This record gives sequence, C-alpha cells and structure tokens, in this order.
Amino acid sequence: MPISPTVRPARVDAVGFGWRHAGRRAWAVHDLDLVIEPGERVLLLGASGAGKSTLVSALAGVLGGDDEGERAGSLLIDGVGPAGSRGRAGLVLQDPDSQVILARIGDDVAFGCENLGVPRDEIWRRVAEALDAVGLDFPLDHSTSALSGGQKQRLALAGVLAMRPGLLLLDEPTANLDADGVSEVRDSVARSLDRTGSTFIVIEHRVEVWRSLVNRVVILSPDGGVLADGAPDDVLSANGAALAASGVWVPEFPPTVPARRTRASADALISAVELSVGRSSTVKSGIDLDLTAGGFLAITGSNGAGKSTLALTLGGLLRPVAGRVEASEEIATGISRRPIEWKSKQLLSRIGSVFQDPEHQFLSSTVRDELAVGPRALGLPPAEIDQRVEEVLERLRLDRLALANPFTLSGGEKRRLSVGTALATRPRVLVLDEPTFGQDSRTWRELVALISDLLDEGSSVAAVSHDAQFVAALATAEFAFAPTEVLR
Amino acid sequence: MTSAILRVNPVAKLAVSFLLGITLVLTLDWVSATVAIVLESILFFWAGVSWRTFWLRTLPVWTAAPLVALTIALYGRVSGHSYFEWYLVQVTSGSITLAIATALRVLAIGLPAVVLFITIDPTDLADGLAQLVRLPARFVLGSLAALRLVGLFIDDWRSLELARRARGVADRGRLRRFAGQVFALLVLSIRRGSKLATAMEARGFGASGQRTWAREASFGSREWVLVALGVAIAAAAISASVLTGHWNFIGS
Repeated sequence: MPISPTVRPARVDAVGFGWRHAGRRAWAVHDLDLVIEPGERVLLLGASGAGKSTLVSALAGVLGGDDEGERAGSLLIDGVGPAGSRGRAGLVLQDPDSQVILARIGDDVAFGCENLGVPRDEIWRRVAEALDAVGLDFPLDHSTSALSGGQKQRLALAGVLAMRPGLLLLDEPTANLDADGVSEVRDSVARSLDRTGSTFIVIEHRVEVWRSLVNRVVILSPDGGVLADGAPDDVLSANGAALAASGVWVPEFPPTVPARRTRASADALISAVELSVGRSSTVKSGIDLDLTAGGFLAITGSNGAGKSTLALTLGGLLRPVAGRVEASEEIATGISRRPIEWKSKQLLSRIGSVFQDPEHQFLSSTVRDELAVGPRALGLPPAEIDQRVEEVLERLRLDRLALANPFTLSGGEKRRLSVGTALATRPRVLVLDEPTFGQDSRTWRELVALISDLLDEGSSVAAVSHDAQFVAALATAEFAFAPTEVLR
Repeated sequence: MTSAILRVNPVAKLAVSFLLGITLVLTLDWVSATVAIVLESILFFWAGVSWRTFWLRTLPVWTAAPLVALTIALYGRVSGHSYFEWYLVQVTSGSITLAIATALRVLAIGLPAVVLFITIDPTDLADGLAQLVRLPARFVLGSLAALRLVGLFIDDWRSLELARRARGVADRGRLRRFAGQVFALLVLSIRRGSKLATAMEARGFGASGQRTWAREASFGSREWVLVALGVAIAAAAISASVLTGHWNFIGS
C-alpha cells in the first residue's frame, strides 16, 4: 500500500479533558482520558448527548474561545493544542449544503490550502490529487451547486484531504445521504486513508457503514469518560444490546418492528389520476395511485426525481401541473374534492404533511405551543386543545421538553415534534417526506410503531423514503420513480 | 474578440463604472450624456454579452429612463416657455430639456454599469478586491461564501410558505404571516450561516499565518486599456459638453 510520505499521522492525547458550552450547566464532555496512536482508525459511538461531536469539534479546533465555553484538562494533537496546530486535523460535517464554500469545485478544494498558506503551484497539484482521491471526475470550474449530496460530501472530503491533515475527522458525514451517497463517501474515505495512512476518527450511529474500515471502537459515556474501548467485534458484542437501546444502529440488534393488526383496505382516501407534478416545469407525469385506508404507500427512487414534489402535490400544497388529485367523499365531507382548493384550515383535519426539514414547519417558541397551533387553528375549545397536546406529548415522549424551544431540540426530537404537530389535528391521511433521515435507531423504532398504530386505526400514510428498512417494515404499496423517466 | 471585456479583472470594471458614473453626475446636459452613450455602445460589442441577454438585463434601465424623464417634465424646475399647466404640473421648455438630459444620463450611467456587472464573476471580484484593493480577506471571503447561501434562502422561503399552509395558518393575517415568515427565514439563515462559518473555520479560515491565493488577480495591460477607454469616454463627454457650451455643473 503506497503511503504518501507527505502526511504524518497524528497522535491524540486527552487527559481529564472536558468542555462545557457557555450558558449550560452540564458538561458536554467530561473527564475524558483517551490516547489514539498515529494511524489508528476509530469509530466513536455513544448515546445522543454523550459529547461525541463536541470532542471531534475540539480536535478540529472549531469549538471557539473562552467566551464560548469552559475547558478542563488537556487535549493535544502531537503534543500541541488544536488551536495551535491548524491544518493538522481536518473535519467533514453532516450537512452537505453548508459545507460548500465556493462556486467552482477547484476553488472550493483549494480554499483550505490557501488558508494554510500553501504556495500557488503546490495548491493546484494538491487539488488535482485530492479530487482524484475522492473520485470526483469533473473539470475544475464545474459548479459546486450542480453536485448531488454524496458528491458534495466527497468535495468537502477533498477540501480536507488537500490540506494533508494527519488526523481526519468525520462527524456523521453520511447521515443526510441516500444509500448510493453513503457508499460513495465511504469508499472515498477508504481509498484516501489507504493512500495517506492518517489517523481517523468517525462519528456515526449506523455501525455497519464504517465497521470494516475501523480497527478500534470507542464508546463515550453520557456520564463522562469512556464506556468501552477496544477492537470493533469485542466492543460491539459486549455492548451491542446497550448501544442498540440507546439508539445506535448495531447490525446484530436490529430495531423491532411491530406486527400489523389490520390489513390495508381497498378504499382509496386520496387518488392521483393521470397526475403530472412539478414546480415550474413538469418533473413527472402519468402518475396514477391510491392512498388507501390502512395502507402505507412508499414513494421511492433516486435523488432529484421529483419525489418531494409528488408528496407536496398529494398533500394538497402544490397545484398539479396536469391531471388531478382527488379526495374521496369520506375525506372531503361536503367540500370540494380537490385538496389544492381547500383552505389551509380545511386541510388540517384531512391531510397532514410532514416536511423533510422539520425546522421549516416550526412556528412557536415552545414545544407545547407548537403542538397547539393546529388544534387552535381548527377552533377547538381550550380543554380539548390541552387534552390533544398532552396526548401527543406523551405518545411521542416529548412531555419532558414541553417548555423547550423547538429549534433547540436534537434531530430526533425535532422529527418527533414535526410528526406530532401533524397528529394533533388527527388527519386521516399523513404525507411524510424522508421521516427517518439521519434518525437514530430508537427514534426510528418509535416512528415505525407510531405509524403502524395509525394504519391500524384506518389512517392512510404516504412516505417519500430512501430507507429500505423503513419501506420493508411498513409499505403495503410502492411507487418507484425510475431515474430514466425523469423529464428534463 | 467579442468577449474581450469578459476577461478583464472585475476591479477594473468596477473602477470604470465608478468613473463614468461620477463624471456624468457632475453635469446636467444632454450633450455629455449623448456622447457617452454613443461611445459606450461601441464598447458593448466587446462585452461578450448576447443581444438577448443585453436587452433583458438592461430592461430596467430602459424602463427607468422614460419614467424619470416624465416625472421631471411634469414637475421639474420651471423655466422658459410654458406649454401646459394643471395644479402642480407645469410643463415648460426648461423642464423638458432637463427631462431629456436626465433620461440620457440614466442610460449613460446605467447601461455600462449593468453590462460590466453581469460579466463579473463573484469569485473573481473577491480575488481582485482582496489581492489588488487589499480589502481584508476575512471580510471579502466571508461575503463571497454568504452570497452562495442566497440560492438556499429562496428554497427555504418556498418551503416556509407551503409549511404554513400545511400547518393550517395560511388563511388569514397575510401581513402577520409574512412578518413571521421573514423572521423564520432570518432564524434559518443565521443557523445556516453559523454552520458555514464552522465549515470554513474547519478548513483553516481565519488562521493566524499568511494566506495564499490559488488564483492570481492581476492588473495588466487589458485592465489598463479598459480604464483608459473609460477615461477617454469621460473626457470626450466633458469636452464636447464644454465646447458646445452646454456644460451645466450640478448645483450651479
């Protein structure tokens, strides 16, 4: 294996390290003692809130100064503090969109090198090398906004590799990607690690993605310090069940899926008839499908095929380009049969839509108020509103967070809340867009159980999903977008 | 050679736009503006902009010019022969001359500014501002990166709009909803911005050492030629105006 002589793998020493974000009472990382030898490849696990991201951010030197938090103990890379060793550690984060910095891919990869003061000729040599390592075979002036999510993450990786870091840090780099994107990124990382031999730390709650690539697993404890540490197979067999219970995806302990008590009926609540969907131009036409009582329709297919557009159209939010979306008389109850013609309030008790990004749907400053928005818009009496809110809070395990600001919740909590806001108005039809994206196994299990219950109660659910496990667990029908059918 | 101007460093384009703008703002007569327009339109052939794009992008300027002229003709300073009077409206030979001069001026300043700006690539402009004008790299690159987020904000805005319909609050209070949506977009943009800032910092942005530049911004003969042309147009416009006795220094 050719190891590039220009990269010197880094060593990490944490002694009693701790970090507390400004204004928080609890330490995000506490009392951590950990040594990572040069060239080791570590999968960092732990329940949500165990401080994995904080540790990785600290190593990357992006935690900020004294006004952003309080530091304890020491954390050193090759014996130097991270702030003093800029460029020794390179970090790739979760969100593909917020890591693209410049408009052309060559410039974007060069950005890190420029900041480190690398001479111009050397920069472009490194850019070519890094793009090659991640397999992005585009001209240097290719637009970064034309890349897919997986390609954007590989671009971010190339930008980091060009800096030749001795320590490569990844913080859930594949959480927002579909299956193809995940393997693209994993393979690129594997290839570049083989070339550089650098030290590697990855946070990921889907263990199977990185298992074959790492030689050490470290589990952080939410109470501070390290819970378990060792060879992947040893650590996972000893702690697998506990990890799975805390939300980590361990292949040996898949989340349980409840059995359906009823079968889907043939009664269509919402039908699409010769439907064409699109925003400014048609992205897909000739769609015929039914959302049936007790039925779960999975909308699958590759990125950019128009799945979200179809979901918005079925949800009565976007006007069909041609054809129609029709509600049954049972759903319409005397108003127009076309959901797009309904008032916002009439939609509320009939079709609930849950967007891919929960933050787009939040309107209130507390979780409790957020859940009350729908019932209040329906004009329900206060006692009934309270009762519905309480019910949803409890059902979705949000009661402890009733007074928290929705924007401060964790990813899993935000997802549960956004589903909860739709449930509070009790619509018969629920349209979900990627509900399990980036969710830990615990939230996943809860969502599946909840949807299964709704289906048993006679609701109809349609969900856009890349998650094969989720589709397999619930789908009674599938509408697959073939990539070749996309009209350009 | 129809795209010679396209490759000129944006800093030079910026300088020429400013130069023409300031020169033409100094006087209010139709001669200087006409001379400038005629000379500028020769330059447009080398701008590397298709006719379709040219008309489409300069349409606001073409619309603004007659509107400004009309306003000045109706309400401008009264002098000379009066053609028409009605309440505050008074169309005189003086106000008509002023209106024509102003409309021409809007074109003479607006057209080259638009043409030069639509051929500017933001990344090249940032490179130029930082390396040639020596503006702080932190500020220039921060703004450049933020510019890229604008596209995402448009998507965010659409989603926010649909989400409000889905949440049952889109029937009433249009104004209040709009305000709420603006606030939500602000929150989202701050969050996106801080994520982007972290990503930039993770790539060594703001490190203490000396920064290098992958792309060289140079101010060479091509740039000097454009600047010289700008100076020549400005000089020709002023000379023609002074020689014909139309020079009308603003405020005099």
